[in-house]
Amino acid sequence: MTNNKDKTLGEILRDQGVSRRSFLKYCAATASMMALSPALIPKIAHALENAKRPSVIWLSFQECTGCTESLTRAHTATIESLIFDAISLDYHHTLQAASGHAAEEAREEAMKENFGKYLLIVDGSIPLDNPGYSTIAGISNYDMLIESAKGAAAIVAIGTCAAFGGLPHANPNPTGAVSVSDIIKDKPIINVPGCPPIPVVITGVLTHFLTFGSIPELDHIGRPKVFYGQSIHDRCYRRPFYDKGLFAETFDDEGARKGWCLYKLGCKGPTTYNACATTKWNDGTSWPIEAGHPCLGCSEPDFWDGGGFYKSLSMPTENITQTVIYTAAGAIAAGVALGAMNKARKNNAVAAHSKTGVDDLEK
Amino acid sequence: MTETATHLSDAVKFNIQIGDELTHNVKPLLHEIKHALDNLIETGATTVIDLRSIPLAPGEEDKILNTLGQGEVQAQLNALGLSEIIETRYPGVWIVTHYNDEQHVTSRFIEVTTMPGILCSQTEDVMEACSRLTLDLRDDKETNVSPSEN
Repeated sequence: MTNNKDKTLGEILRDQGVSRRSFLKYCAATASMMALSPALIPKIAHALENAKRPSVIWLSFQECTGCTESLTRAHTATIESLIFDAISLDYHHTLQAASGHAAEEAREEAMKENFGKYLLIVDGSIPLDNPGYSTIAGISNYDMLIESAKGAAAIVAIGTCAAFGGLPHANPNPTGAVSVSDIIKDKPIINVPGCPPIPVVITGVLTHFLTFGSIPELDHIGRPKVFYGQSIHDRCYRRPFYDKGLFAETFDDEGARKGWCLYKLGCKGPTTYNACATTKWNDGTSWPIEAGHPCLGCSEPDFWDGGGFYKSLSMPTENITQTVIYTAAGAIAAGVALGAMNKARKNNAVAAHSKTGVDDLEK
Repeated sequence: MTETATHLSDAVKFNIQIGDELTHNVKPLLHEIKHALDNLIETGATTVIDLRSIPLAPGEEDKILNTLGQGEVQAQLNALGLSEIIETRYPGVWIVTHYNDEQHVTSRFIEVTTMPGILCSQTEDVMEACSRLTLDLRDDKETNVSPSEN
């Protein structure tokens, strides 16, 4: 009897009674998910039919589990379930039933059996200051990454933490957090940033690897161009308002109600590359800008340290200058001072009976 | 909220005031469809447009669907969830919407063609059907029961 691991995806699906027509429907949805041209649907069908189940090992380091939540909360259950039928998820801290030594044995066995062929997925950053900051089964994140990367065909760094250090890496980076690509230099690494990444972008990258057996074309910081090739600003449905110079000045003014450009409210769309504008969130329901909030730029390196979520890109960031001065006097003092600055600003606004604006939200 | 198969015409409406003059993507897309129809007439080539690949403002997808309207043909496909294949009031222009088992839209295409490929019987399925019917007839012969009695 042929083991499922030796079967192609086409054989597995036929065994499950999936018709060719159903398979083509799946391929059409896959092409749409991977942002590929519908003209490629026949090629995707051919490639997927002959694809074999790759072993996948998923490591979670300094992270909040938001990336796994994003993936597992994806609503396109049919596609995700087929993808998980199509891969062999041999190790995932959060999702697997096994724990402790049994879990680590599963990882070691998968690595040994599929040496040189498995796909390693990492979410979370890796602390370098002290190995004890984050360990799994007594193994430091650094050691586990080095060990697991040895036999990987490729590594996917899921989320901004794994891709660029993310929140743990934010100033003053207390754990010495670094990204996967700061440590691993001899393996192909696909960065899939976002806080969290869009679910279908995660599955889209996995499907690309499954479909074509190779990593997708990447940009200069290792992100798949198919999802991160264009800026939020270029694909934003509010872009025409920017071109006309029509901006929301506050969150409750006429411009905000009319859906005008959020640039002056701190939107990082012009410097952020991601697929939110077309893929959207929550099963394609909406996305931050459609909900009236500026883009935070979460798929870019160091987005936490960009000078403020509500500062427009062209505005000088006075807070940063002051923060530097205060930081010289000590981090705690700076926190107190910034808090006092914000409180004073808020009090001034109340005294002047002015509307709460961007500056009042700035922390 | 999520658009579902049973509420296709009741798509989510957002509380953002978008006047007709403020939408920007509907007319270019309709022109693209017109060019695709020209191409279909002249060369027989089909065109498929993935609606999920286009940045659309709230309400614009509805506007496109309403503009294209419904024509003479509506078909449903039950394969890995429901699919709706609707010929618009412009023959040759089809809206193909795929849903998953939870009735959420997984993809939506505008196909400019005489017949969307997904509606055609697939060669592999026809071959499998032929084998299955052959087996059924052989079994029926052995049990002396005609296929119509099954």
